[in-house]
Parts: sequence; C-alpha cells; structure tokens
Amino acid sequence: MQIDVQTVNIEQKNQTFTHLKKRFGDKKIPSRYQEASYDLQAVENLHYRPTWAPEQELYDPNLSKIRMNDWYDLKDPRQFYYSTYTLNRAKQQETMESNFKTVESLNLIEGMPDPVLAIAQNLLIPLRHASYAANINNTLVCGYGYGTVFTQPCVYHAMDNLGIAQYLSRLGLMIGDVEALEAAKQDWMDSDAWQPLRRSLEDLMCVRDPVEVFIKQNFVLDGLLYPLVYQRIVDQNLVEQGGSGISILTQFMTNWYLESKRWVDSVLKTMAAESAENKVVLEEWVDTAANHFTSVLLPVAGLAVEGNQADELVSEAHDELLQRAKKAGLFK
Amino acid sequence: MDIKKTPKKLNVKEKYRLMTRDLAWEPSYRDEKEIYPYVDYEGIKVHDWSKWEDPFRLTMDAYWKYQAEKERKYYAIIDAHAQNNGHLNVTDARYLTAIKLFLQGISPAEYASHRGFARVGREFAGVGPQVACQMQSIDEIRHAQTQVHAMSNYNKFYNGFKDFASQRDRIWYNSVPRSFFDDAMSAGPFEFLIAIGFSFEYVLTNLLFVPFMSGAAYNGDMATCTFGFSAQSDEARHMTLGLECIKFMLEQDPDNIPIVQKWIDKWFWRGCRLLTLVAAMMDYMLPKRVMSWREAWNIYGVENGNALFRDLARYGIKPPMHWDDVEKSIDHTSHQIMLGLYQWKFGTAFHSWTPTASDIEWLKEKYPTTFEKYYLPRWEYAIAQKEAGGEYNNFGLPKLCQVCQLPTLFTEPDDPTQLCHRETDYEGEKYHFCSDGCQHVFEQEPEKYVQAWLPMPALMQEPLKGDLAAWMEWVSLEPTAAGEYASSEDKANFEKWRKQVSTD
Ligand SMILES: [Fe+2]
Ligand SMILES: [Fe+2]
Repeated sequence: MQIDVQTVNIEQKNQTFTHLKKRFGDKKIPSRYQEASYDLQAVENLHYRPTWAPEQELYDPNLSKIRMNDWYDLKDPRQFYYSTYTLNRAKQQETMESNFKTVESLNLIEGMPDPVLAIAQNLLIPLRHASYAANINNTLVCGYGYGTVFTQPCVYHAMDNLGIAQYLSRLGLMIGDVEALEAAKQDWMDSDAWQPLRRSLEDLMCVRDPVEVFIKQNFVLDGLLYPLVYQRIVDQNLVEQGGSGISILTQFMTNWYLESKRWVDSVLKTMAAESAENKVVLEEWVDTAANHFTSVLLPVAGLAVEGNQADELVSEAHDELLQRAKKAGLFK
Repeated sequence: MDIKKTPKKLNVKEKYRLMTRDLAWEPSYRDEKEIYPYVDYEGIKVHDWSKWEDPFRLTMDAYWKYQAEKERKYYAIIDAHAQNNGHLNVTDARYLTAIKLFLQGISPAEYASHRGFARVGREFAGVGPQVACQMQSIDEIRHAQTQVHAMSNYNKFYNGFKDFASQRDRIWYNSVPRSFFDDAMSAGPFEFLIAIGFSFEYVLTNLLFVPFMSGAAYNGDMATCTFGFSAQSDEARHMTLGLECIKFMLEQDPDNIPIVQKWIDKWFWRGCRLLTLVAAMMDYMLPKRVMSWREAWNIYGVENGNALFRDLARYGIKPPMHWDDVEKSIDHTSHQIMLGLYQWKFGTAFHSWTPTASDIEWLKEKYPTTFEKYYLPRWEYAIAQKEAGGEYNNFGLPKLCQVCQLPTLFTEPDDPTQLCHRETDYEGEKYHFCSDGCQHVFEQEPEKYVQAWLPMPALMQEPLKGDLAAWMEWVSLEPTAAGEYASSEDKANFEKWRKQVSTD
C-alpha cells in the first residue's frame, strides 16, 4: 500500500545518532560527512590479536610514533565521504576525457616540438611508477591508520594515485604507444636520474608507521614533486616551448594536488598542535625527508631543464614546502 | 628523436595490463620480503603473481563515472524517502527489527571489510590482486556509509538505531558478527580472502543480501531496498574477485590445496552460524514474508553450493566439512534463535514478539517436519504466559559458544530434543561450544580463540558484577528500545502516525 504521507507532521525522537550527539551536540542535524565518518571503526573489545603481528591490536593507535588523544580530530576539510568523493572525481574525469579528445582531434601531439615530447617521455611517463608507489603507501595508511576520519581519505588518495598513474599511462600511449611505456619503465629501472627516487620509494614501502608514511609520501614527496613537475616544468616550461597539449593532459594532477594539499596540511597541523612530542617527531620526519627528497628530485628535474635551472626549481619547491610546514605549525 | 607513432589498437585486456600490472616493478634496492612481510607465513606458495587473472577490468576513470551515477540516483531516492516520511510506508513497525539488526550487525561488518581489504590490498605482492582488493575496499566503505545514511532517517523516529556505534562493540549478540570479522581480519591476507572474498562474498552473500533486500522490497522499505540494488553491481565484482582468488591459490601450488580446504571448512561453518540470525529474520521478523529460510537455503545454499563445489572438485577441493550438519540444522535454527532472542528480549536493542496465528500457519506449512513438533509448544507456552499477564523472560545468562559467540541453544544434528554442547580443555581452562563445527574451529587454533571477548562473562566481572541496570547503561540500551513489541513505543507511534495519515 502506497500511502500519501507527505502531509503528516510528526515529531522526531532523535535528531542524531548518540555518538554524533556526544561529539557535536544535537542542536544541528549532522552532515552526511559526519554520519559517514565518525566512530565507524571498532574501538573496544577487539576479539583477537593479529596473527601476523601478535604484539599489535587489530586497530592499533600505537603503530605510530604520533599520539592523538582523539584521532577523530583529524578531519578532512574537503569533507569527502564516498559519495562526495566520487561525484567530484567523476566531474574531473569528464573534463579529462574531453581534454584527451581535444588533444587528439587537434593533433596537438603531432604538432609538438620534439624536445617537448622528449621531456614528456623522459620525465612524465616514468612517474607512473612513482604514483603506483603512492597508491601502495596510501593503502597502507588506510589499512593500518587509526580512526575513520584519518583513514578514509587515504583510500580515496590511494585510488587517486592509481588514477594518476593511469592518466600518465594514457599520455604515454598517446605520445609513443606501448614503446613509450616500455622505454619509461627501462628508465625507471636503470637510468641514473631515476634511481635515487626508486630507491627512496622502495625504502618508504618498508616503513610501517602509518603516519610516517603519510607525512613522507603525501606531504613531503608529493609536496616537492607536484609543484616541481606539474606546476613549474609542465605548466610553465613546457607550455612556453609549445607543449600546452601536455599541460592539458596533466590538468587532473595539477588540480588534484591543489585540492588534496588542503587536507594533507590540515592533518599535519592538527597533529603538530596536539603536543610538543608530536611536533618534534613531525619536524624530524619533515626535515630529513625534505632534504632527502630534494636531492633525489634534482636529477629528475635535470631531465627537463639545465643543471642550474634544475637547482633553482628544486630549491624553490623545497622553500615552498617549508613554508607549508611553517604554516602548519612546524619549525617555530 | 622519433617517438611519434600511430598508436596500435590495444585490446581491453592488454590495455588494462598496461594500466595496472605494468605499473609495478621488481624491487632491487630492498628485498621483496621487507616490502611484503606477511605474504608467506600462512604457508601459501605463490610462484608467479602475474598468473592472477583480473576478475574485472575497470580503470579508475570508468570506476568514478559508473559509481558517481549510482550515487546520484541513490541519494536522490533516499532524500525523497526522508522528505516524504517514507518510513510510514513499511508494512508495520515489526519490520524495523530487521533493519535495526542490519545497522548494528551488518553495517559495521561492511566497514571492517573496507579496512580488511585495504590491508590485503597492501600486503599482496602482486599488483593484480592489490588493485582488485583496493577497489573492493573503497566499495565496502561505500556500503557502510550508504547504509548509515539510509538508517539515519529511521533513527529520527524510532528506538534502537541511535547508538549502533557503542552497541557494535558492547552488546552481546553483536559480538557474533564482530568476532566473525575480527577473526578474518586477524588472519593472514590469504585466509582473509578465503574468509570474506570467497566464503562470505561468493558462497554466502546471496543468503544475506537477497533475504534482506527482497524483505525490504516486500515490506515497503524503499531506502533499504535501494541500497541493496545500488550495491548489486559492486557485489557482482566482489564475487568474481572471490572466485578468482581461490582459483589462483589452488593453481599456484598443490601444497596450497589442504590449506585452502581447511579455511573453506572453517569459514563455511563460521558463515552459516552467522547466517542463523538472518534465518530468524526471514522466518520471524518480516511482517510480509519473502520465502522461508529453508527455501532460501535450497536455492542459494544447496543449488549454488553444489555447482560451485562440483567445479572446484577438479582441484581436489571437497565440499565443506560440516555441510551435512548445516543441512540438518536448516529446519531448526531460525526457531531456536528466535525463541532465544525472545526470551532475552530485555537485553536486545530491537523488539521481538510471539508469532501470530497466521504466522503460525505459515511456519507450519514451511516447516512441516519440525515447527509443530518441536517449536510450536514452546511458543504456545510463551503466549499463554503473556496472556496470563506474565512475561516470558529468561534472566539466566546464556552460555556463549567460544567461537561463534551465539548462545549454546542449538540441538544435536541427529536429535532435535537434545541441546548440543561441546567442551574442550585447553591449558587448564574449559571452553564451551555450540557444535562440533565450532569445536573443530577452536581446536585448529586454540591460541586464537581463547582470546575471544565474551560479553556474558564480561557482565559478571568488574565493574558490572552482574548488575543488569548498569549493564544496560554500559551498552547504551534504553528500556524503550528493548523488550516485547506489542507494548513498544515504536508500535504505538507508528500506528498513531499512520492513523494521522489516513484521517488527514
Ligand atoms: Fe559490502
Ligand atoms: Fe558456535
């Protein structure tokens, strides 16, 4: 029986779920982000210890050196839950789809000067492997981090990184077919310029502290790599040299970096503000990783620009990263 | 430099390989064992990760696009459902018990599954299974969230929904699904896949989702039935993943076969014990019934199961060890569970009731060999007590099974008049089980199951020390959410609101 119930006025018993009422009161109707994110992870009466590491708990905040009184303080300023996340990305992929079509229909690749194509080949395509590492690293943070508001965006970030690796692969296929991907993988495995980065990522894939992985991958490495490669080399140098087609095909990466760094910065800031002890640990991670990855990225930048300029670009990116760190409350 | 080429036409498989498989590389600076430390300890041998067949070939751009379309439709429907007081369209307020159980027991399981798949999506040493598991991980958080959003509107008007988060961790019957998923997550990556990907998603999922979703459709619950439909294509992917992973393990090395068999035996039994709650839901909680648990089992358990295990026989896999015991229990479990829930209804965050005259007719017809003979007399006794102004409650604490965590209320497979009870001594302690199946699971891994958190002993220990009122506060159970349906606020409100509608 379908009844016409639209007109009834009935009083509500509960404005919200109890766990949300405890956190936010019940004056306001909770947002869908709040309903989808807070207190979803089991916290008590975990039944068994992991057989893979019996010294750990099934959900274990002590896997990290970082301590939070409440991990649910680490909320995502984008307020991404599955629905808002996919709707956003679907819109972006539509844009990317039409970007690929535009580049194809205008024959932008064929009209591109050889040096530009060479840079795309040598610098961009191998980065698909780096994005895969970022996918794996974020999957670890999602799996082993503590508290849904911290771990949830990491699965989105992991899938984004896979998406980026796939966009880079399509770019490769467009400029040089399967051979372009093969050559890029060869470079990734063997060429001198890429070895420091590959080694560092293999090292990072051995780290098991979820927050350390988060900071080193998402704040430090991506915080250097994206401004350096996409904002400076692609969107400035390549565009000046007639490579706007490339810039169109990496638009997702540029926008994604700007969007997601708001989240990464906010996590860093909240963790640093939590305690002096956290701040010390975070400063040590950021400081060593920033110095390390800066030197690692120097030969990578050298694939696109002359030595002096590479130095300059990399140190600009480094300064920018330290500015972000300071804004987040570190190093003061 | 000659890098401009006309691209070859790549087929889907080859293209997908380039978009996923080809992204990974063989590490040379670090040992694989450092990067994937948990991939060996269960004894599963993998010689060639590239033999993994991608169960579905979905690149991220396509994933975002399809999923966003589904999300748009889903939220449009549940928004309308909330706006139009869609909750008043359910058959009657008894139906709510089914979805209270769902929110308290299943949605947290969806979440656990999300985290578990993220872990195995990290731990497998091959990019094929990594990506497939990551996709299931992100799907599972979708399921948890869409369910909470659908229930959110019911929570505004009825009892028993609002503190599902504490009750997930504290209330006794929720430790049945909780311990199930904790068990899977605390196992290694391969066992997790057999437990959740294969046994749960492939073998048993139809027995969980079809009953709930068609129950929702039959009983006018548009919100629940919409998330069921919306999750269907995700489930189809998860089922192919489950099947692919078992085939992959079996094909990699003959030594894997006995290990996989042991896990199938365990998880099939564990899953069937968990599904006894669904059995009670189907036979007792739906005001309009879809089919009986027996009928569902015949279709989704027996028919599908036989086909599947015929198929797996070529690897040397046998049907699950306790299959016959499950078969013998099918005509009994829903009645046993519901009688249990009814007598402990003072301690459940949902209502229960005695079957009505027409319910009884239906149960007689669906269970001709068991209902009238064994269970009707017990229901009649409960009904008589109620009619005499009494209450059919059992304040004695049920003894819980150390493995499945259900009360030991089941009967002997071959003698429905005898309660089944098993014990094992381990390191000077006695452990209790509901069945041979659970005892067997324990004895394979006693060091794991002795750790189980048992909610009933917890009630007797510090700080509750058997104080029922204190326990209710601790599990956040308000008296209005528990007990007999007939006298519940939910029933009264629902009927009042419905009347308001028809007189307006
Ligand atoms: Fe699911
Ligand atoms: Fe049991």
